[in-house]
Amino acid sequence: MSLALPRLTGRRRVLPGFGLSLGISLMFVSLVLLLPMTSLVGQLSGISLAEYWAIISDGRVVASYTVTIGAAALAALVNGAFGLLLAWVLVRYEFPGKRLLDALMDLPFALPTAVAGITLATLYASNGWMGRLLEPLGLQVAYTWVGIALAMAFTSIPFVVRTVQPVLEDLPQEVDEAALTLGASDATAFRRVILPHLWPALVTGTGLAFVRSLGEFGAIIFIAGNMPFETEITALMIFVKLQEYDYVGASAIASVVLMVSLALLLAINVWQGRFIKRLHGGRG
Amino acid sequence: MFKPSWIRRGILAAALGSSVVVATPALAQERELLNSSYDIARELFSAINPDFIAYWEAEHGESVGVQQSHGGSSAQARAIMQGLRADVVTYNQVTDVQVLADAGLVAEEWQQALPNNASPYYSTTAFLVRKDNPKGIESWDDLVREDVRIVFPNPKTSGNGRYTYLAAWGFAEQAFDGDEEQIHDFMRTFLRNVAVFDTGGRGATTSFIERGLGDVLISFESEVNNIRGEYGSDDYEVIVPPVSILAEFPVAVVESNAQRNGTEDLARGYLDYLYSEEGQRTLAGFNYRVHHEAVVEEFAEQFPETELLRVEEVFGSWEQAMEAHFAGGALLDQLQRR
Repeated sequence: MSLALPRLTGRRRVLPGFGLSLGISLMFVSLVLLLPMTSLVGQLSGISLAEYWAIISDGRVVASYTVTIGAAALAALVNGAFGLLLAWVLVRYEFPGKRLLDALMDLPFALPTAVAGITLATLYASNGWMGRLLEPLGLQVAYTWVGIALAMAFTSIPFVVRTVQPVLEDLPQEVDEAALTLGASDATAFRRVILPHLWPALVTGTGLAFVRSLGEFGAIIFIAGNMPFETEITALMIFVKLQEYDYVGASAIASVVLMVSLALLLAINVWQGRFIKRLHGGRG
Repeated sequence: MFKPSWIRRGILAAALGSSVVVATPALAQERELLNSSYDIARELFSAINPDFIAYWEAEHGESVGVQQSHGGSSAQARAIMQGLRADVVTYNQVTDVQVLADAGLVAEEWQQALPNNASPYYSTTAFLVRKDNPKGIESWDDLVREDVRIVFPNPKTSGNGRYTYLAAWGFAEQAFDGDEEQIHDFMRTFLRNVAVFDTGGRGATTSFIERGLGDVLISFESEVNNIRGEYGSDDYEVIVPPVSILAEFPVAVVESNAQRNGTEDLARGYLDYLYSEEGQRTLAGFNYRVHHEAVVEEFAEQFPETELLRVEEVFGSWEQAMEAHFAGGALLDQLQRR
């Protein structure tokens, strides 16, 4: 039962030569990513370190970091949990409307974020459908910190689902069946067999969701209330600086967001590399 | 009677955060004017432009087109500095035209180029309250009461919001005879009574009307009248406080762009048209206060008399007001600190 495969002669690849493809990729990265970032950092060359520090450590701006990072962390954690569940449901079960639910997952990407923000604010304001139910329970969502987290969770849920989903699809159901026949309890099978395979994707997805939330503006601004020191997000601080024609100030604050995002993504990448090595190296 | 829901549409468009360019149908070879304007002027210029086109055709036998671009006026000015080829600007803040003048795009003496500081129409800051004015709000000192919650856009991001802040300050300066400590206390309480800080005027309208936030919405007199007309004159009342601020709406030709586009005469004609009787009547119809005597008389009932403070008189100049109050770390920031 041998199958005759057409032989590829030499080391032919689908795309033309290494030199050309690398060159084009680098040029693309430079144009689309590096150039704007360089100009952002370039804006900062006009000010001294002390001035830079004064801008980014201003009390109101620092308060906005706390609000943004806190809400983004909450949103990312909630999305981590529910995104995993959603991916699981989408991969492991067959049910009517599955395709629709699957397509729905991309909606937050497709929808203009401002529309999302207005919709959420309408729903959760004290005269909105949800707000009317929640307010008597003493839970105010719109125009509070919780509303910010909600808007962030909405815009970033696809990151978790779409990173976990393919990994879960590659993990055959036989794997958990094998664990069960070998005497593992459901919980153990999930914790010791399935979860380790999903960790890298889950952490990456959650990390991306977090980073995305740090920079989100449109969806949040309509539900945040924007009260100084309470519900002002960092993106608004940047917007305010631009309104004042203060490009340097805006760039300075933006650079803080950029550095936090970059550091986090880098850390996740490094961790992921080690984790996968350990996973395949067979040592726990 | 059919009444187009243009404020609603305006809110949606504003909410989308986009500065939409609306084209008045025009042939390809026609000369075209691009008017860069502030956010809430969409409906106003949609009404004025067809009239102007008809006027220009009748007067000069040339058929022209006018395009509009709307957005927060600081963002609009920034777009022009970054290369948007607008021929004229019609803004709601002197500072945003001044920025263009400082960049050499608008004539240095632009405020002298046209009558009334190059401001064909003006307005002031007024209140919109709910039916029967349940909190009995009549003037600025009612707004610092503990039971009153205010809605107006963030002075940090909105020219409209800055006017409100300056009007309250102007009132306090009069009321407390310039006593700095009392003025600061007043302003601190005033700012603390704000229910929500939207980034722009239309956002604040949504918060007040659709979300039911706050007891009073503060905005331009023109805007609160338009809102009341739109959402039901039975449900809301307009209160013009006895003292408020003069809000000028400066216009200017963006010289370098008009030269390049070959539209200098057209641009000047467009701005002059805003001063004409016909133009002024349209403006008054949108609840803006105007200068043309016949039109002023015609609409006298619509605009209650009130003491209008000039920014230049209370704060020295726009530049000084911006520096002392709205710059990073300036008075507004200090008053909001806690």
